[in-house]
Order: sequence, then structure tokens, then C-alpha cells
Amino acid sequence: MEKKDDNISAMCGPAIGEAGKTGDWRDMKPVHDPSKCIPSIKKKAACFLCWLYCPEGVIKATIPIEIDFEYCKGCGVCAEECPAKAITMVQEGEKNG
Amino acid sequence: MADVQIMTGNSAAAIAVKLSHVQVVAAYPITPSTSIPETLSQYIESGELKAEFIRVESEHSALTVCISASTVGARVFTATSSHGLLYMHEQLHWAAGSRLPIVLCCANRGVGAPWSIFNDQQDSIAQRDTGWIQIYCRNNQEIIDTVIQAYRIAEEVYIPVMVCYDGFVLSHTMMPVEIPDADMVSDFLPPYKPHTIVSPENPKNINPVIFPWRRLNAEGVLCDGYMEMRYKLQKALDDARDVIISTSRTYADVFGRDHGGMLWTYKTEDAEIILAGIGSVASEATVAADTLRDEGIRAGVVGIRVFRPFPKEEVKEVFKQANAILVFEKDISYGYEGALCADIKAAFYGTGIKAPVHNYIAGLGGRDVKAREIAEATRASLDEIASGHTEPKTIWLNCHTG
Repeated sequence: MEKKDDNISAMCGPAIGEAGKTGDWRDMKPVHDPSKCIPSIKKKAACFLCWLYCPEGVIKATIPIEIDFEYCKGCGVCAEECPAKAITMVQEGEKNG
Repeated sequence: MADVQIMTGNSAAAIAVKLSHVQVVAAYPITPSTSIPETLSQYIESGELKAEFIRVESEHSALTVCISASTVGARVFTATSSHGLLYMHEQLHWAAGSRLPIVLCCANRGVGAPWSIFNDQQDSIAQRDTGWIQIYCRNNQEIIDTVIQAYRIAEEVYIPVMVCYDGFVLSHTMMPVEIPDADMVSDFLPPYKPHTIVSPENPKNINPVIFPWRRLNAEGVLCDGYMEMRYKLQKALDDARDVIISTSRTYADVFGRDHGGMLWTYKTEDAEIILAGIGSVASEATVAADTLRDEGIRAGVVGIRVFRPFPKEEVKEVFKQANAILVFEKDISYGYEGALCADIKAAFYGTGIKAPVHNYIAGLGGRDVKAREIAEATRASLDEIASGHTEPKTIWLNCHTG
């Protein structure tokens, strides 16, 4: 039998994915081009404004950056903030999308 | 010996808050409730009440502070009136939905436009559907006793309680009040235990987005959907009736005063005519009932003490014998009739109660409702009913238009 929550008010422990896999809300997908990305070009930790601004915390500050598409909602903030225009928003299901 | 002092309704409320060992007070001043937080801030400053008084820039923030403090386990209090209560409206829903046992005193005042600082009950009646328990008091003794009861009720059923009483008529009128013994209040009111312990060791995501359907959370536990959460609140309000009644009885056993559980009655046992109301207007009606009885009209009074949860079963019982029912109320559901009258009539559905019901909208914006005016209105209604006009009717008492 599945466990049932008997809370009288809505609460949950901190966990990834409380609202389900929110990546399937996505309409536009961020596509990353390492050849334009500052940390990738300089081969050192730099910039990472995408990681800083991502409201969902789904971008990892690695070289190259990694985006968790299970939870990326496709808001486009990373593409907007990238000073090197290394991230472009592409319609889901289209070329590179 | 009993400690009886002459005091205003607001003083009675403030003393009750002190006796209830409230830990956090947040309020924004608004007439006629202002002297409650003023008095409490003096108690806190002098050390008489060991609590934190959090100053805020609005009533919306005052209740938000109470919500936050109550969530982490503090017993909290706020007070307001009229536009202050309206400004809290959103947070009233949040408090009830979060099932927090907050107690709020509303010194009832009319609502603009146009501006009025004077008494009617439109402010709190308009908050009827926020999920709060609403208890209305008829004198200052009832205020001090009800605030103490309110904490016990709220903390047992995890529903916030609004203790309402008429602005100026009670808030600023002095009358003798017996102050309950502090140790006895402490025994009556065990410390507040929050329904969920939230702490740095046990962090919680509070009131996250709830989807229409039930779902498994990240830990695989089946969580309620929005409707299940709301149903639990409705059921809790239904179940609160027994707790309100038992709390009132226990209080009477300990302190010797019973203000009625869900409602109170005055000479209704043999009454043919029943006058009904909420708060001080119902109290005034008892004087009118005595006048009418002197004239040979067997009148009685029903005072609705708890408006939500509505005392449906009690209403069915107490009006059973009446040949005529007159509801006097200081509010109006615009485009229909008085909110109390509509609820009383709805409770009669499916019963044998077929008595004519006249609804008097009275005393809006502080207009006096005198006992002799209630008696006159009753005579007029009885004449009309005797002449065969038995249809329900809404009458604006003492309103001179057209």
C-alpha cells in the first residue's frame, strides 16, 4: 500500500522535483554553443552568468556547462543574460531542439 | 475574591491576550481597535507580557507576521477593524488554509465608501468565507472570556478564530468585567503545539503549488490535491462545533460563566415571536423582548454567537415553536438580504418551520438601534403578519429615503 500524507496543511520536505518533472512544461529549449562560451574558450572558471541567473538552478557551472533538461522550463533567462550569445532558444522538436 | 474592574471592551480583549501568554503581537492601528495593540505594547514594554511586539506598515503585513510566527510555534495575536480587516483579506485565506490557530479581535466597524468610523458588522461578515471561525460577543465580560476560549478552540482544531465585537458600542464602552485568575487561565490553556514542527533541523517547503489532482511527492508519499486540502478545512470547521460547545462548557465549569456555545437564547421557551441577531444588537433585543412581554406579546431572543461554523442544528431547534421570526442585523449582502437572515432561512429548509421571517437591516454606520425601536418594529411586523402578509421581507430600520 502506498504511504499517504496526513498533513493538514500543504508541506513537504525539500527535494528535487516536488512539482514533478517540470521539463515537460518547456516550449523553447536553450541550446549551448561551447565555441562561443567564455569558460569553454578560456578553459577556466569564468562568467557563468547563465548558472547565476537560472531561476530553476538547473545549470551546472562546469566546462562546458550542463543543463538538466528534466527540470529546465525553457524560460530563456540564460540566453538573455549570456554576454557571448553562446545560448540560443530553439523551438522544442525543431533542428537542434 | 473576584477581581472585578470597570473597563472597555478593548481593555478586556488586551487583558485576555495577556492572560493567554501570547508570544507575538503584530498589529497596525485602526479605529476602533487601536487601543488593543496600544495596551498590549504597554504590557510588553513594562515586562508584564513576555512577548514580542512587531511593528508593521499595514494590516496585510500584521497578519503575515502572525502567520509566520504561528508556523514556527508561537502563540500570536492581532487586532483590527473595518478597512484593516479588508486589507488582511488575502492573508485571512492563507492563515486558514495553513491551519494556523491565530486569534484576531475585530472591533466591528462600517466599511467605506463613504467613510465611516462607526459600528456595523459589514467588515467581518464580509470575511465569512475565508475559513475562519467567527465568534461574536455581546458584552465586555464575554470578550475577555471568549478570547481565552478562542485560543483553546483554535489550537485544538487548528483553525484561526476571529473574535468580533461591536466597535464603540463595546470596544469603548466601560462596564464591569470579572478578570479570570491568571493561574486558572494557564491551566485552562495548555501551551500551543503546532501541527508541524518546522525548524532548521526539519526544513519544510510550506504551501507549495498544489495541483488539481492527488500525486506522489519526491519521497513517494501520496499527497492531497487542492480539493482534498480544502475539504479537510471544511470538515474541520464542521467538527469545530463540538469543540466550541465543549470549550464553552469547560470554561463555565472552571470560571462559572457560560456565554452559550454556538448561540444563546433569552426567554425562548414559551416565545411565539423570536427576535434574532448577532452581538450587541441581540443583547439590545432582550430589553425589547421584556417590553413586549409587558404588553402580553410572548417574545424571546436568539443571539447567534458563532456565525462560522453556522449553528445549523441549534437554529433548527430554537426556532421550532416560533410563529414569527424577526432578524435584526448590522450587515447586508448587497443584492439579496442580510447574511444572517439568509443563513437562518437556509437552515429551515426541509424542516417544519414555516413561520414568516422579517429581516431588519439596522444600525449601519453606527446608527443607534434602540430597544424601543426594536419593539416598535416587532409590533409593526406582527400587525402585518396578522393582516395576512406572511411573505419574507427585508426592511431597512429607521432609514428615511424616498
